Amino acid sequence: MSTETIDLKTRLITDFHAREAVMNGEASSEFHQKKRAGLARFEQLGFPTIKHEEWKYSNVRDLISVSYDFNAESSIGLAELEDLKVPTQEANILYFVNGRYNEKLSTIISPTGQITISSLADAYKNDPAKVASYFNELTKDADDAFTALNTAFTQDGVFIHIPDNQSVEHPIILRFVSDAREKNVGSQPRNIISVGKNSHVKLAEAFRTLGDQRSFTNAVTEIQVAEEANVQYYKVQNESENAYHIGTTQVRMLDRSHFYAGTVTLNGKFTRNNLNIVLDGEHCDAHMYGLYFPDGSQHVDNHTVADHQKPNSESNELYKGILRDKSKGVFNGKIFVRPDAQKTNAFQSCKNIVLSPDATMNTKPQLEIFADDVKCSHGTTTGQIDEEALFYMRSRGISQPEAMSLLMFAFCADVVSQIKIDSVREYLENVITQKLASK
Amino acid sequence: MLSINDLRASIEGKEILKGINLEVKPGEVHAIMGPNGSGKSTLASVLAGREEYEVTGGNVVFEGKEILELAPEERAAEGIFLAFQYPVEIPGVTTINFLKTAVNEIRKYKGEAPLDAAQFLKMVREKAKLVSMNDSLLKRALNEGFSGGEKKRNEIFQMAVLEPKLAILDETDSGLDIDALRIVAEGVNSLRSPERATIVVTHYQRLLDYIVPDYVHVLYKGRIVKSGPKELALELEEKGYDWIKAEVEAVG
Repeated sequence: MSTETIDLKTRLITDFHAREAVMNGEASSEFHQKKRAGLARFEQLGFPTIKHEEWKYSNVRDLISVSYDFNAESSIGLAELEDLKVPTQEANILYFVNGRYNEKLSTIISPTGQITISSLADAYKNDPAKVASYFNELTKDADDAFTALNTAFTQDGVFIHIPDNQSVEHPIILRFVSDAREKNVGSQPRNIISVGKNSHVKLAEAFRTLGDQRSFTNAVTEIQVAEEANVQYYKVQNESENAYHIGTTQVRMLDRSHFYAGTVTLNGKFTRNNLNIVLDGEHCDAHMYGLYFPDGSQHVDNHTVADHQKPNSESNELYKGILRDKSKGVFNGKIFVRPDAQKTNAFQSCKNIVLSPDATMNTKPQLEIFADDVKCSHGTTTGQIDEEALFYMRSRGISQPEAMSLLMFAFCADVVSQIKIDSVREYLENVITQKLASK
Repeated sequence: MLSINDLRASIEGKEILKGINLEVKPGEVHAIMGPNGSGKSTLASVLAGREEYEVTGGNVVFEGKEILELAPEERAAEGIFLAFQYPVEIPGVTTINFLKTAVNEIRKYKGEAPLDAAQFLKMVREKAKLVSMNDSLLKRALNEGFSGGEKKRNEIFQMAVLEPKLAILDETDSGLDIDALRIVAEGVNSLRSPERATIVVTHYQRLLDYIVPDYVHVLYKGRIVKSGPKELALELEEKGYDWIKAEVEAVG
């Protein structure tokens, strides 16, 4: 008991200073100065409570009530991956176990040289100035304690740098595995991705857990999308019943670029995803698709931001959820249209099926429009399964449970079909089919 | 084959069917006509098992089985098919996948092994030809963005695939131009056989030019008030429903 009485915030701050004390010269580096600023920010903000507007429906009390080992070793090997039924595909696959890069399990097949795909730690060893210049650039003004905490404790993650005019043929799949077989583990990966002008890439982040102790993942991804670039970015969470996940993806888009995000939460005790896209260019288009499927007492919260700063751009958002048992869902979608962003088109839609009287869904669209010549729309629906469609299917001989499964699969398909990495999409289809058959 | 005895049904406390009696034998085609609001679609819905309607009296025996206690999917598996007046759009489910599920669920009900993909595709292609159904529609989401004619044709196509013993066509002619009507009717006629029966529910006579009934029944205020040979339909076309209403009011 006595060790648990020191709260997580104090423990983390103490830990930071202890590490800093043994750093020698490195403590004065630009990289470390940024981390130190992150710690100061975290110290000032503290963990949010439900009094905080952005955390009104998502209480982190349970998450921060225990301690986590952020440096846990893991013996994970191919046998364990087999257990996780990880899909295979010809792709760049990078494994991060408890937040640290695992070279043995990883495969990088895209030609090195021009394109950099490596762990953040390796990238930093090779070129500290370059990595430091990208690190926390997009998130430096973030008003979020978890992002600040991640900044302070950044050790590893991925560093991807794609120069101009490159088409990355093979997708890049980042697999984050929490090995919670023996104890509560924590990880704070930081992914830094920069895509050059007119370059194309498909990326996925997949989060899994091994074992049933607690895991706490606090992930931050920064993505710079240069002019005319095209980025497909997917985040798939299929973690354990004891997995807590807070994640922020911060994106900055320049002129005529295209960005597609797909965020799918299949399983996990407590999930909070922040997807913040700044459309800092003209004629860009940002697409956000989301799907969540909680059951039991799971909690899934998606906060999104489309921040239109320049004229003539478009954002388009579709989030869908199926909630069962006593699960809770939260959707908060912000659209900002800044004074300069005339001729903005911004669309947002959030549709939910609530299958149990004990499940709840809170949706909040938030539009702040400071320009006058814009088209914006938003809509949310929360309801049950379509009875007319159900009867139609049953009248053709399809049993009620089978008809429900088909209808719910179809409901998910709008989002799943947007995932353009085959192995990821097929994996989602399989897991969703299994989940639908499980009740 | 089908025996409806003093069937009464209501929705939200309002009685719509007030004692329907009807006998349908294998091979027969029965037309049910009547003015709007007479209960024609309610009868079709109750036979298929739509749950919004409460059956308050009577019974329905199909092939020796009481069907009012059966779920809609069980009735379908027993061989009853309802072609919807307003076929439902189901985004995300392709017509082909929907039908494969239906065929194999019915086979499961009958204790038969599921069809494999090759057998199923072969069968579906033959049936599609029968109703001039374009292959590209099969791969699209069920009825989504289909024209009125395509939706109705899809209903008849599904009927051809499922091969019911009793087909109930609920206002299948509504919203169809004459060409679409002819194609749909040809599909229905090609499925006629001495073992199968059809109930055609319609407001207008024009569909009956193509699907010629053995019997015509007039439904009014929840009862069958007149039955006769196919010529009755022509009489209704010519004179409208007012004379029937007048007859009923005079008796009633």
